[in-house]
Amino acid sequence: MKAEDKHPLTDYVREDRMPHIWCSGCGLGTAMSSFVEAVKKAKLEADNLVIVSGIGCAGRVAGYLNFDSYHTTHGRAIPFALGLKLANPKLKVVVFSGDGDLFAIGGNHFIHAARRNIDMLVICVNNFNYGMTGGQVGPTTPLEARTTTTPYGNIEHPFNLPYLACASGAVYVARWTVLDARRLTNSIAEALNKKGFSFIEILAPCPTTYGKRNKLPTGLDELELYKKHAILKHGADTKEADIVIGKSIITGKFIDIEKPTFSEIYAEMVHKIKSAKIGEE
Amino acid sequence: MVERFISGNVACAEGALKAGCRFFAGYPITPSTEIAEHMALELPKYDGIFIQMEDELASMAAILGASAAGTKSMTATSGPGFSLMMENLGLGIMMELPCVLVNIQRAGPSTGLPTLAAQGDMMQARWGSHGSYEIIALTPSSPQELYDLTIRAFNLAEEYSTPVLVMSDEIVGHMCERVSLHSEIEIKNRKIPSRPKAKYRVYETGEDLIPTIPNAGTGYRIHLTGLTHDERGYPAINAETQERLVKRLNDKITKNAASLVRVEQLFTEDAEVIVVAYGITARIAAAAVREARSNNIKAGLLRLITVWPFPDSVLKELASREKLRSLIVPELNYGQIYYEVERCSRGKSTTLVPKMGGEAHTCNEIYSAIKKSVSK
Ligand SMILES: Cc1ncc(C[n+]2csc(CCOP(=O)(O)OP(=O)(O)O)c2C)c(N)n1
Ligand code: SF4
Repeated sequence: MKAEDKHPLTDYVREDRMPHIWCSGCGLGTAMSSFVEAVKKAKLEADNLVIVSGIGCAGRVAGYLNFDSYHTTHGRAIPFALGLKLANPKLKVVVFSGDGDLFAIGGNHFIHAARRNIDMLVICVNNFNYGMTGGQVGPTTPLEARTTTTPYGNIEHPFNLPYLACASGAVYVARWTVLDARRLTNSIAEALNKKGFSFIEILAPCPTTYGKRNKLPTGLDELELYKKHAILKHGADTKEADIVIGKSIITGKFIDIEKPTFSEIYAEMVHKIKSAKIGEE
Repeated sequence: MVERFISGNVACAEGALKAGCRFFAGYPITPSTEIAEHMALELPKYDGIFIQMEDELASMAAILGASAAGTKSMTATSGPGFSLMMENLGLGIMMELPCVLVNIQRAGPSTGLPTLAAQGDMMQARWGSHGSYEIIALTPSSPQELYDLTIRAFNLAEEYSTPVLVMSDEIVGHMCERVSLHSEIEIKNRKIPSRPKAKYRVYETGEDLIPTIPNAGTGYRIHLTGLTHDERGYPAINAETQERLVKRLNDKITKNAASLVRVEQLFTEDAEVIVVAYGITARIAAAAVREARSNNIKAGLLRLITVWPFPDSVLKELASREKLRSLIVPELNYGQIYYEVERCSRGKSTTLVPKMGGEAHTCNEIYSAIKKSVSK
């Protein structure tokens, strides 16, 4: 094959692992290709980029991307990524995972990494349920939605992820649907070059396990729903970003602030210790 | 060489620093906390990272991440925290990432006796994570050994590319003794891949069965997963790959058992009764054996320094000696290593001298057991 015949993004994807396991109509493919485009756009050194995933359909992204990638345990992608980043601050670390993985079993790690302002980008593909285990209720499942473990409709209040990220201390918070592919790509590129704990939520269809139980049996149905309900509101108060069935879904970039990272403050402390010799007996 | 009068926990932290540990992630728990505190004080001076995580699940995950980045890393905990680390201990074994996990044991189950010693996690160390795996675990009996064996644990982790456990107890962790902070142990570092990147397969191994895993960010573009994987590191969900992978993970340790196993023997040559002990209990057992000898009882001591892999061959050899009549196992639990000793006892009588933890055995308790076993 001549070089020009190669897909421009082949270097970023493990072609030897294709085809992927995702269902047709699933939003994960779009989320992954937006990410790959964004890496190119952000002009990142690919050898320095590390992807860490937890477990779930979204968590499989790590295996398909041709960067150093770690597919860890359910919920522990963030602390694993934290270890990578703090041990080698030159790495660009991205956590790519699902809403169940990051906010149910991994919720505590998320809020603490954000609080510490660990320099990493966390991308959450939110499909409102647990895809991989067959469509159970998750921490983002909207009230009244049907899942295999809420056969009478969900009675638990879901997380509003941008609000949670914002309250925990993230420096960059955005939400997109996979329909906003271009905005999503630009936003990932921007967040990749942002210093500190950044968070992007991607709303993506899961026709197989969520859609079919919630009158959205194909991927297109959910895209139609986004088209109908999503409204772009940059800088919106994240408090208003709740997702309620039948109401509008606020998307956009909500937070973009500067704050020293854990590594920066740590380096400063080390410098002080070494120059002033504090802490010596 | 510096000699200092320090606790076992401080000696452990000093050993880690000497071994080249530059990343510590942990969550406070009595009686291991002084290790974290000492690392918090010292690591910044070595340009190392100390971080107190939100829990033990995160601590274990973080040290694996740091290891993936190429940094020698460790965590320290006690029973309840050890339980939480089991999940990602399995990940470390599966991904083959070197790191050290120190357990300063306290009495359980559950919150148990937070400030008092036990040896109740010996089987959790062996089997606490799910799946069929082999583990390397060392059991120090003194602050000096907490220093020496922590260094050795790092060396073994790097050499075998796997997590290594240091299984101490509250008494050894908290007792203060003179410790020589020497540099007599050679420091080992993980191998760096030498094959060209294009042909590189992360889990391809030579005869030693140990992979050479590149550090993140060095251009190899590796994929590591907790799923059953082939030599490229790619998931392969089938029985054949599982068989091959798990067999290699086990073999890389069992086939090297002879060099991994370390024990110490006292008066075992002509012994009619041998006490098998480890950790703090081994020191008390040594006194009891001496007491027995002064009363003309042919007693000996086998002190386990490596508990996992279990020193099968040493024990089987001792047990098959004609003179030997019985084996005695005092433990701060209701029988854990005892069953391993029984397995290797060649039909000789074996006696458990259990103590629930909280207090160590008295010399007399072990001595009485020795005396009883020869008067039978
Ligand atoms: C400790 C543990 N508990 C449960 C599971 C089973 N499990 C696998 S994926 C998953 C949920 C994934 O949901 P989400 O993160 O939303 O990802 P999706 O599959 O929807 O992309 C669960 C519960 C597991 N692998 N490990
Ligand atoms: S189950 Fe849902 S999330 Fe998983 S691949 Fe299928 S559509 Fe995508």
